[in-house]
Amino acid sequence: MADISASPEGLPGAKSSLYAQSDRTRRRNAAETRFKYYGMGAVAIGVIALVCLLTSILSNGLSSFQQTFLRVEIFLDPAVVDPQGNRDPEEMAKVFTFGYQPLIKGSLEAQAQELAAGPAPEITPQLLAGMVSSAAPADLRDFVLANPDRVGETVEFNFLANARIDQYLKGRVTRESAALDSRVDVAQLNAADELVAIGQMQKRFNWDFIFGPDASENRPEAAGIGVALIGSAYMMLIVLVIAVPIGVGASIYLEEFAKKNWLTDIIEVNISNLAAVPSIVFGILGLAVFINFMHLPISSPLVGGLVLTLMTLPTIIIATRAALKSIPPSIRDAALGVGASKMQAVFHHVLPLAMPGILTGTIIGLAQALGETAPLLLIGMVAFVREYPDSILDPAVGLPVQVYNFTNRADPAFVERASGAIIVLLVFLVIMNLVAIILRRRFERRW
Amino acid sequence: MDDMRIVERQLDQQELKIKADNVQVYYGTSHAIKDVSVEIEDKTVTAFIGPSGCGKSTFLRCLNRMNDTIDICRVEGQILLDGENIYDKKVDPVQLRAKVGMVFQKPNPFPKSIYDNVAYGPRIHGLAKNKAELDEIVEKSLRRGAIWDEVKDRLDAPGTGLSGGQQQRLCIARAVATEPEVLLMDEPCSALDPIATAQVEELIDELRSNYSVVIVTHSMQQAARVSQKTAFFHLGNLVEFGETGQIFTNPVDSRTESYITGRIG
Repeated sequence: MADISASPEGLPGAKSSLYAQSDRTRRRNAAETRFKYYGMGAVAIGVIALVCLLTSILSNGLSSFQQTFLRVEIFLDPAVVDPQGNRDPEEMAKVFTFGYQPLIKGSLEAQAQELAAGPAPEITPQLLAGMVSSAAPADLRDFVLANPDRVGETVEFNFLANARIDQYLKGRVTRESAALDSRVDVAQLNAADELVAIGQMQKRFNWDFIFGPDASENRPEAAGIGVALIGSAYMMLIVLVIAVPIGVGASIYLEEFAKKNWLTDIIEVNISNLAAVPSIVFGILGLAVFINFMHLPISSPLVGGLVLTLMTLPTIIIATRAALKSIPPSIRDAALGVGASKMQAVFHHVLPLAMPGILTGTIIGLAQALGETAPLLLIGMVAFVREYPDSILDPAVGLPVQVYNFTNRADPAFVERASGAIIVLLVFLVIMNLVAIILRRRFERRW
Repeated sequence: MDDMRIVERQLDQQELKIKADNVQVYYGTSHAIKDVSVEIEDKTVTAFIGPSGCGKSTFLRCLNRMNDTIDICRVEGQILLDGENIYDKKVDPVQLRAKVGMVFQKPNPFPKSIYDNVAYGPRIHGLAKNKAELDEIVEKSLRRGAIWDEVKDRLDAPGTGLSGGQQQRLCIARAVATEPEVLLMDEPCSALDPIATAQVEELIDELRSNYSVVIVTHSMQQAARVSQKTAFFHLGNLVEFGETGQIFTNPVDSRTESYITGRIG
């Protein structure tokens, strides 16, 4: 009654029309409209931030999936690659990478003369030699050792172009910066333009970026994230195998079986607190326990996986408990009422219904672990690793650490590689989230 | 069911099935059930009536130890089923619940097929040796639940897709599938419309020929319609227990009279 008498046109006894909005209604509607705009503004800021992030990463990183290659014809001289003449791979392996250099140099000279006489008059042997990556001899040797029967033939090769040339064609190196750069000169850039024009040099999709090992600053054009991919895959496997059973088991026990007393209260509070502990603390813990105390190999995906397991467990437990809590008690009553034991009630009825929630929580936990960097730095997974890990005990790096490694290096080629690695990481995260959504749809049931 | 002539209803003396002696139930510090002693007969429908919060559901859940799932709940005194104390240390509640089935207030079929709903109990208790026997049990239970004709063509359909009354009858079929000796019903009709209620009441009357049925209900008319014995609970006490006709027409206690005439509750 107080409301009515307080409204201006609502004099006691006076009738108000439904067609005219009262002051109070108008104020309420205005507040609601304002609130809607705040919400839209908040969403817009979020979307803009996301778009900026994606544009920056994609514009920097997409070019890393393409690399400039120089086409060269090389005569695989048996006298050089197979001095014993018996095509025995073991004997041929005795010729080191260094031995292949003259072979490439000779071919490049011949090629340069041919080009200078014909379509590209400005090419000189020195220019051409400076444009080929120093990874070329190793690539050539790998090819010869893999195909000993082709020795003696003339084979067409696509060698990686020097990173500066590659970056010039991608626009990150300019003539101005080249003038100040000791690793490249303007004449090489001109020659590169000519080679591109006649199709001798071209950009191609670079599988070696995704699956190849890392490379040093002397030949950034050859650097890839293959070792990091394997390392991350191993670690995810370890997290999946260890964290999921432990996490789900602990949640089922705490939620369904444990008596509610001060002990379980303390455990519950501590699990929630663990979820909020900075990940680097888990790194220190891993360093102290797994490496210094248990003497597990440093830099290995095993230790990395164990540390990430510790970090992921609270997330999985919290998500699983929430999923179990959301199952209506009537389902448990129904199962117990027909004489099911507590375990049967949980495993036959509650768990299947909680599955979508558990899966979502688990995959979110895994995705979080996949993107984690800080703890890996502390257990030595930040090293420069060129060898593919054969097992979970061999040194490796993780994808996010590889990004960190790339950003630590000065060469402009690593700028695009850092963003490229981020793109690969994001692709994996999106795939994992899609899997979570699909599984949730699949298992979701109504009751 | 001759609703109107409850006074003249046939009352055969039946064997004693459940005997409760001085049962006390505590929720933490609150004393929910005070000193309840009651004798429940076989092949009889016993109704528990009383106002909300009087403890009738709590007492019902003591009869198959469903209260065990509540951590803070404590039961004292003894409840004998065929002379055996169900709160004895040696008794496994799971075994007890196979003998004392329960139907809940809200229909709660499993989110599985109709067939699996009924077959679940027999499966976990190993009542059927093969598929054919299981099929037989399912059919028999659904017939006893008076729902066979409605669902026989769609046993693979989800149980949750049925109407409320059908779901409750499915739950009754599920409860009788494990061949219990006692059937507890906690306000089985409170979520149902009058037609479904009538069907379930009719079913309860039929179930009486095989089981001892204990039903908690808010509706005094329902208690009068389906039960032979009635217990009136008030504030955790068992106020009066006797033949339904006597309770409704000639109550001894003044509180019972006040309740059934609508002055309290």
